[in-house]
Amino acid sequence: MRGNTIVGEAAVRAGCTCYFGYPITPQNQLPEYMSRRLTEVEGGIFIQSESELSAINMVLGASVAGARVMTSSSSPGISLKQEGISFLCGCELPAVIVNMVRGGPGLGNISPAQSDYFQATRGGGHGDYRVVVLAPGSCQEVADLTMAAFDIADYYRNPVLILADGMLGQMMEPVTFENYAPRQIPEKDYILDGAKNRPSRINKSLILSPQMMEDHNWKLVRKYKTIERNETRYEEFMMDDAKLAVVAYGTAARIAKGAVKRARGDGMKVGLIRPISLWPFPSDIIRKRAGKTDLFFVFEMSTGQMVDDVRLALEGRSEVYFHGRPGGIIPTPVEVLRIISRQYYQKGLGE
Amino acid sequence: MKKVYERPKLLKDAIMHYCPGCGHSIVTKLIAEVLEEMNLADRTICIPPAGCAVLTYNYLDVDTSEAAHGRACAVATGIKRVLPDRLVFTYQGDGDMAAIGTAETIHAANRGECFTTIFMNNAVYGMTGGQMAPTTLVGQKTTTSPFGRTVKNEGAPIPISEMIAILGGAVYIERTTVTSVSAVKNTKRAIKKAFTAQVDGLGFTLVEVLSPCPTNWKMTPLKACRWIEEEMTKAYPLGVLKDETARTPGREAANAD
Amino acid sequence: MKAKIEIDREACKGCLYCVETCPKNMIAVDERLNGKGYYPARFDDGEKNECTGCCMCAVICPEAAIEVYRESKK
Repeated sequence: MRGNTIVGEAAVRAGCTCYFGYPITPQNQLPEYMSRRLTEVEGGIFIQSESELSAINMVLGASVAGARVMTSSSSPGISLKQEGISFLCGCELPAVIVNMVRGGPGLGNISPAQSDYFQATRGGGHGDYRVVVLAPGSCQEVADLTMAAFDIADYYRNPVLILADGMLGQMMEPVTFENYAPRQIPEKDYILDGAKNRPSRINKSLILSPQMMEDHNWKLVRKYKTIERNETRYEEFMMDDAKLAVVAYGTAARIAKGAVKRARGDGMKVGLIRPISLWPFPSDIIRKRAGKTDLFFVFEMSTGQMVDDVRLALEGRSEVYFHGRPGGIIPTPVEVLRIISRQYYQKGLGE
Repeated sequence: MKKVYERPKLLKDAIMHYCPGCGHSIVTKLIAEVLEEMNLADRTICIPPAGCAVLTYNYLDVDTSEAAHGRACAVATGIKRVLPDRLVFTYQGDGDMAAIGTAETIHAANRGECFTTIFMNNAVYGMTGGQMAPTTLVGQKTTTSPFGRTVKNEGAPIPISEMIAILGGAVYIERTTVTSVSAVKNTKRAIKKAFTAQVDGLGFTLVEVLSPCPTNWKMTPLKACRWIEEEMTKAYPLGVLKDETARTPGREAANAD
Repeated sequence: MKAKIEIDREACKGCLYCVETCPKNMIAVDERLNGKGYYPARFDDGEKNECTGCCMCAVICPEAAIEVYRESKK
């Protein structure tokens, strides 16, 4: 199945009944799939909204009414959703948002990129909030992480963003949806469905009292700390004796893995740390590996965004080298290997 | 003696924060009365705007969801689609409806989303201190049109309700006011008619209320009411703009030729 | 008394809608301020109470601050 379609089928398997979205390349197969697939689902609702901005607000409505709901877009459209995402976080409402990243900034192009890392992990919206950000690296991970996203969103009452890219969206690989292990979700005692036999409820993020607003923000922080403890995901590949660690995610990691395998074949002690959750970022494992690993080679399809989090995690314990290809250029493993080799031997890691 | 008029029970025990003579107070009271009389309160979800009425949840005792400025019609779409048998209404001001929210309003109406919008038109942005609104009259002075609105620079006041009336998905649109007892009673009747049309599943309904804003118009409440009757109704005439409530229910019928 | 009204003087904001509306001129402005600093409306049922319980004041009141009582006809 194609990546974009996998997102849709995985969502339906995880109980998603609502999809609101707007066409934008390179994710159009997803709304197209949902427009048909949701007619087969009981209570299925599909609306092609008038804008990405409208879609995220329809998401808020469906979420507050108690449904599992998703929207998707690509970079410029995700910019339009930022206000809505901030509101979802302020109101503590679950939702799944999918970004098939393309080249930017501005209208950019339709080629895959990783230049929305800041937008995803640093908000892009206003206020002190965090969104759980999951970065699949294969079509199977697209399926697994999309299904997990709905559970995570409901469990913590927080939006979850799937940060993929145009290549993953278009890629076709066999997948299974059998890996889904649903989580126990607490009862949704906050939804608005009419105050029958109960007091009326209010869903809002407006808190005029500064003291109450402060309390609310610290409450969100406590939630985020819990998420950091429980939902950090990453993969380590050949890291046990690695002197140089490549740090990459998504499609870049797939390419990097090829380079790492070739490097090992050439006798270099190289490994890969692949963050799968970008927030919470796997800082602990990076810090831990800094003891043995002298150089962290960060590779992104951008001009350098995740590299900041790697530096923050290391707190100066090891060196960091950044290699980036923005604009939708997809480098080959051989190209990346060449730069890894140069760094490896220049830094004297061969001795 | 028998009590023949009492404060609606659906109004919480708070004193509303609105200015003396504000239309919001009156219409909030009317909504409470209508919901009580139609026995709909425990099936209602209200979406108030950004603006003076953002605190509606402190006054109306129903499930209430905030929405970002202008987005109420999109949020209402999400809620009503998931819970089609509930009474869903948005309560919006000029900016919410006809500036930042224009796209959401028009498209919800065009899709025939089966919720009601109560549009409080007071020709000004109240909460933020009296700036020009899309519905500000030509010549009207506001804090961002200090010399008076001109057609040349700012365009004419936008007839958003008339624009929506063109759309097939909108089935009932009426413009009323609250400047006299008969006007208030008429507004209540219009709200009841809109909610009834929603319950019958007919389509998008809209009640526009010309509402006094004495503070930002810099008039006394009584003068503000006279200004609506004498001036505002020239740009925004009262009356029914569209009534297709006699037609058969269902969205398919709503959009048929 | 055929009818009377009760005005919640602390809820009243002195907008004067009821004063203007009452067809029998039974509502006046109180000389004493309320807690919020408004001069609230006051039911003026002095010597001649002509209140018919028409409810017009209650209908126009933005604050729902007026409740109306009427003698039931036996």
